[in-house]
Amino acid sequence: MVIFLIVFPFFCALVLALKKKSGLVRRILQFTFCGIIVVADLYFIVTSLISGGKAQYFPETHMVDRLMLVGEWLLLILICYYSFRYKKYYCAVLSVIQTGLITWLELSGKAEIVGYHIWIDRFTLIMALIVGVIGCLICVYSIGYMKDYNSHHSEYKDRRSFFFSMLFAFLGAMFGLIFSNNLIWMYFFWEITSVCSFLLIGYNGSEEAVNNSFKALWMNLLGGLGFAVAIAYSVLELNIVCLQDLVQVGTQVEIAIIPVILLAFAGLTKSAQMPFSGWLLGAMVAPTPTSALLHSATMVKAGVYLLIRLAPALAGNLAGLMVTTIGGFTFLAASMLAISQSDGKKVLAYSTISNLGLIAACAGVGAYEAVWAGIFLIMFHAVSKSLLFLNTGAVENSLGSRNVEDMHGLIVKLPGLAFIMIIGIAGMFLAPFGMLISKWAALKAFIDTNSVLLVIFLIYGSATTLFYWTKWLSSLVAVHHYSDRLKNITKKSEWVALITLSVMTVTLCLTFPFVSSNLIEPFLQDMFHQEVTAVISNGNIFIMGMMLCAILVLPLAVRFLTFGKKHKIVMSYMGGANTGDDRSFTDSFGNEKKMYLTNWYMEEWFGEKKMLKPSLILSTAGLVVLMILAIGGAL
Amino acid sequence: MTTAIALTIGFIILGPFIGGLLEGMDRVVCARMQGRQGPPVLQPFYDIYKLFNKQSILVNNIQDLLVCGFLVFVVFSGVLFFMGEDILLVFFALTLAEIFMVMSSASANSPYSSMGAQRELVQAMTYEPMLLLTAIGFYIAAESFRVDDIARTDIPAIVYLPGIFLGYVFILTIKFRKSPFDLSTSHHAHQEMVRGLTTELSGNILALVEVAEWYETVLLLGVIGLFFVNGTWWGLVLALVGILVSFFFETFVDNVFPRVHWDTMVKSTWMFTLIAGGINLFILVLIR
Repeated sequence: MVIFLIVFPFFCALVLALKKKSGLVRRILQFTFCGIIVVADLYFIVTSLISGGKAQYFPETHMVDRLMLVGEWLLLILICYYSFRYKKYYCAVLSVIQTGLITWLELSGKAEIVGYHIWIDRFTLIMALIVGVIGCLICVYSIGYMKDYNSHHSEYKDRRSFFFSMLFAFLGAMFGLIFSNNLIWMYFFWEITSVCSFLLIGYNGSEEAVNNSFKALWMNLLGGLGFAVAIAYSVLELNIVCLQDLVQVGTQVEIAIIPVILLAFAGLTKSAQMPFSGWLLGAMVAPTPTSALLHSATMVKAGVYLLIRLAPALAGNLAGLMVTTIGGFTFLAASMLAISQSDGKKVLAYSTISNLGLIAACAGVGAYEAVWAGIFLIMFHAVSKSLLFLNTGAVENSLGSRNVEDMHGLIVKLPGLAFIMIIGIAGMFLAPFGMLISKWAALKAFIDTNSVLLVIFLIYGSATTLFYWTKWLSSLVAVHHYSDRLKNITKKSEWVALITLSVMTVTLCLTFPFVSSNLIEPFLQDMFHQEVTAVISNGNIFIMGMMLCAILVLPLAVRFLTFGKKHKIVMSYMGGANTGDDRSFTDSFGNEKKMYLTNWYMEEWFGEKKMLKPSLILSTAGLVVLMILAIGGAL
Repeated sequence: MTTAIALTIGFIILGPFIGGLLEGMDRVVCARMQGRQGPPVLQPFYDIYKLFNKQSILVNNIQDLLVCGFLVFVVFSGVLFFMGEDILLVFFALTLAEIFMVMSSASANSPYSSMGAQRELVQAMTYEPMLLLTAIGFYIAAESFRVDDIARTDIPAIVYLPGIFLGYVFILTIKFRKSPFDLSTSHHAHQEMVRGLTTELSGNILALVEVAEWYETVLLLGVIGLFFVNGTWWGLVLALVGILVSFFFETFVDNVFPRVHWDTMVKSTWMFTLIAGGINLFILVLIR
């Protein structure tokens, strides 16, 4: 079953790459593939849970290892081809070094250490759920979206078959990555995701897209280099090639901090933490499904997945300090930067970076409450963020803009999409919805481990997060009189994805106690070898439930509270006389003046010009100093 | 348990009366500071009675819904507080209420009310860190987030949390809409953007906002009390004195300082939070 989940998406990718002609056949093929993956994924998760939720496979896999080596060389050739074509030689150099290192390890036979190549536990299952279900929903959405995208942007070449095939390849690589226990296997899939994202970001072929795709490539290759060196070191010095063993040893042997910190470094680059945040922001030039996939279900989640796996080995040492400092700092800095953005997708991108920072910080703390919070953040974030991205894409197709300012009054113009967006935004930060629960648990864990700096980052970061989300939320509900409803051109396939995701957002909020007690707590018990108590008490869960109900019954309460009095509806007050449509007024000279309302962006405080460079410099300095200290201290 | 229920019922029924009375006293004291006679103490009640009897004039159909959200969640967070529940949850619910209010005035699409909403949001961003830090401080001092546990500790929390207490009083100025931080809407007539946040609200809907703010006043002063109580009678007396002193301190500040620009507010509050609250937190963690 595991093999099927890894191999089948690649097979789909191959089929779609060959199916160049667009039309009904291809659409049906895509739907079927997505359906098969989701069903197989759910079947796999349920059967594994019934059989205890844990399994290991394949201690001996010589043939597959050789095949992967061939695959790695193919990737190398691909990267070299593109780097020479666009004269970005540094990418080729990075790639040659790491592939050479891995090849040498494999061929010299040093890496043939006994251990299970595939490892499945409850955390893997959660990730499989996210990758399979959300990933497939994004694929379904992209069918309708890409059609509009290519008709809007006729200047770009229609390479849809390539695009779809890359989406599926991405899913396959993600499945491979989360199931692997052997670091070399993991590294192989890690590289595939890097290359896939490079190809997806460069989809347009415009100059900006190419530049940004190379930015993504070199940053991820740098992380990959860290990964490769970590493998080499742990094989040569510790005689370990499996992640689980490394984590196990990492809690006891001091020198193990070197591979651990290098892996953590790789995780930080992949999850776009500062100073590597640039590639994820650059990824916006790609079509929306790419961003949704990169931001929610795959890619960046691979980075934090690795960090959470490493969590026990990070507890209370310099490697952990590095991860928490960078993560906490990124949480604060990215949420401040998000304030100054008006491009909807850019706000989402910064918010992703910021939330990943929080997850990384949770992993770095290494206490079980923190890891609990981290896993929940991954889940809630995956669902709400993919919802928001897909929805922004749908709004963009109907509205012709994805600027938050243009979404002013969306509730009148496109009520359906506006409601979905409200659900998504509420899911991102509002009590009693998902993310807040995990933020709460994270806060508690930070205090319990006496991390004062993290607490400070968290409280300020929460305040700035509150600002940029509420700003967006209040733009949506603004009502202009005499606004016309826009024609909603969202396709059926897009609606399927949007509605499923909104239902999932709400369901996850309602069922999180069950997820916690059945999936996450047993996993933490195995991971930390200690009794795990519920992080959020039942009483509080009950109160949150009440809050959720209160929000739902609010419309009824209004009837009651206003005593059935008739309201009089008038035009809004503008200082001068409102000319009748809330858009212009008569000034003191009797002339008609247009009025335009905007949100606050505080450019001179939180603008990219002002904040981005210092944050990058600070985080680079922190990263370098802490890595040197950790590695130097262990040697 | 019985005291908790009694307190909660007391809060729901008496909350607005205490809040209104405090506002009346505030207006009298304020007038005397300015050498005026001032209105009678019960004036806020006369005002609200009148408001309730007026037809409300709205600019759209979701304003009243959102205002009710504000009222419901302010009362809800007050109930949580007096029931002795988790203090973080109290503040989260209060933030949710605040967001309803902001959305309500942003929905009106009038320049004054929108501006008020944006400023209110800046205010929320400004006091949020200190609010969370207050909850964290209580947690470390009493080793529990639950209000009833915090209220029952032997040593009043203020002993451990002097810096956090000062920080809390600082943000109370924002919360009570007192000058120098009454940016989004003001109790005084010299507001430069009509009524800011509540420009487009009137009649009984505006009355609901007033009532909600009275509830909020009682809740926020209750948190002041929480710094002092320790389960004994003199703790209660101390709490009462603390509440009255802080409340009239806010009135005093209101009369002494002129309104500041928003960025001065953000800068000074965040700095104060970091210095008073942050250092207090750091020391607490060290001696823990």
